[in-house]
Amino acid sequence: MRFAALVLSGVFMASVASAEEIKKVEIVDGAVQASLTGKPGDAVAGAKVFKGRRAGNCLACHGNKDMSGEQFHGETGPIMDGVADRYSTEQLRAIVVNSKKVFGDHTLMPAFYEVDRLSRVAKKFEGKTVLSAQQVEDVVAYLLTLKE
Amino acid sequence: MMKIFGKVAAIVAGSALVATAAFAEDRKSYPAPKDHPLSEIISGYEFRTPETRALQDDDFENPAYILLDLGAELWSTADGAAGKSCASCHGDAAESMKGIGASFPKWSKERNKAITVEQQINICREEQMQADTWKWTKDPNMLGMTIFVKNQSRGMPIVLDNSPEMETVRKLGEEVYYTRYGQLDMSCANCHEDYYGNYIRADMLSQGQINGFPTYRLKWNGVGSTHRRFKGCMKNIRANPFKPQGEEFTALEAYMMYRAVGLPIETPSVRN
Ligand code: HEC
Ligand code: HEC
Repeated sequence: MRFAALVLSGVFMASVASAEEIKKVEIVDGAVQASLTGKPGDAVAGAKVFKGRRAGNCLACHGNKDMSGEQFHGETGPIMDGVADRYSTEQLRAIVVNSKKVFGDHTLMPAFYEVDRLSRVAKKFEGKTVLSAQQVEDVVAYLLTLKE
Repeated sequence: MMKIFGKVAAIVAGSALVATAAFAEDRKSYPAPKDHPLSEIISGYEFRTPETRALQDDDFENPAYILLDLGAELWSTADGAAGKSCASCHGDAAESMKGIGASFPKWSKERNKAITVEQQINICREEQMQADTWKWTKDPNMLGMTIFVKNQSRGMPIVLDNSPEMETVRKLGEEVYYTRYGQLDMSCANCHEDYYGNYIRADMLSQGQINGFPTYRLKWNGVGSTHRRFKGCMKNIRANPFKPQGEEFTALEAYMMYRAVGLPIETPSVRN
């Protein structure tokens, strides 16, 4: 249990996206058409973003059978198994960029590529997105591998 | 639990079933008054493992008792230029402090604001004892005395002061509770109202109740105050926390007493 307590401190301690310029991303009808980087993402790097406590930490909220080797899957969000069968690339990109534009304002899921309309952001994260554009593309590429 | 489903309700429903399965567990709950945001009021104790609960259940095992004992000792130790102790004015704490922990924060007419137990302690030290004030969140003396005072209400249900002044304070606290803060853009309600009973990583979310504070926390490897916990939760969502014992956190504490109404005081509790 002490081990668990230690791990906990990292629940949301993900690192900051580097000081790259933040692009304006338009979400239209729950989808983002173009890759944020103009390139396809890397699914292997995306898996690291998904489970990394200092990256997306998606596993904090989403169970994921593909990562059954990892400890501590959260259960506040839907299970990720087969998510690629349910959404298109463009929809998944929109969900990761700003899920509030897809699910509505009530959702628990943070926006991972959005800096507007936030309140009392800690200094060290001010003006920064949770993930970099590349990390968004990588995690989307990873999600696309989750088929049933 | 209030869970709102968006457009994706049908798709989400399958996994929501898994998520809510944890509720099948038998947790002691207290009925919520009419129009309360929670349908049942549950102590954080009920969400912890048997091992953690056992530490709280046994006063000899509970690591916070070192500070409780310190508080008891300080109660009757004279300090400051006036040469007085708490006991000089308040006598037997078992009598005079009974119910305090179950009803503070309270409205102070003289100061025209709500004050917490910690603030009252420092007010007494400054004005009655002419002693130095203690630091808010980590000073063992402050923690010990707060535990000692609140412990005199152990087992007593939380009651509310329904004065219009406290209603106004609770309104501000409610606003803080429901506002999303930080880079992760979350409110207290997101985690503690909508998803209690569910795991977020290795942590089973509770209702975030404050009836056990100050608490011994395994992760802190020590005892911490209510406002330290508020601060920690705000930092986790990458927000700039409000000041301990400042207006916002005091109001938040007052509002959280409303969310905990009827719940027995457990101070000092043990959490992971
Ligand atoms: C703090 C919790 C939390 C975190 C962290 C989180 N999500 Fe979510 N996610 C949710 C919730 C809750 C939903 C359900 C949508 C709603 O609110 O209606 C969701 C929905 C989704 C969906 C749609 C799933 C479906 O079956 O409908 C995808 C895809 C998704 N999230 C991906 C991610 C990815 C990728 C990350 C990390 C980069 C992430 N999430 C991080 C809480 C979270
Ligand atoms: C991202 C999720 C999250 C958010 C947002 C959040 N908390 Fe917490 N909080 C936790 C977790 C995890 C714990 C430890 C397990 C538990 O008791 O829920 C916790 C514990 C607590 C506790 C201790 C409960 C006990 O029984 O000892 C209190 C009090 C609390 N939170 C208050 C708040 C307040 C007030 C806010 C808003 C300012 C807030 N939390 C926001 C995740 C969150």
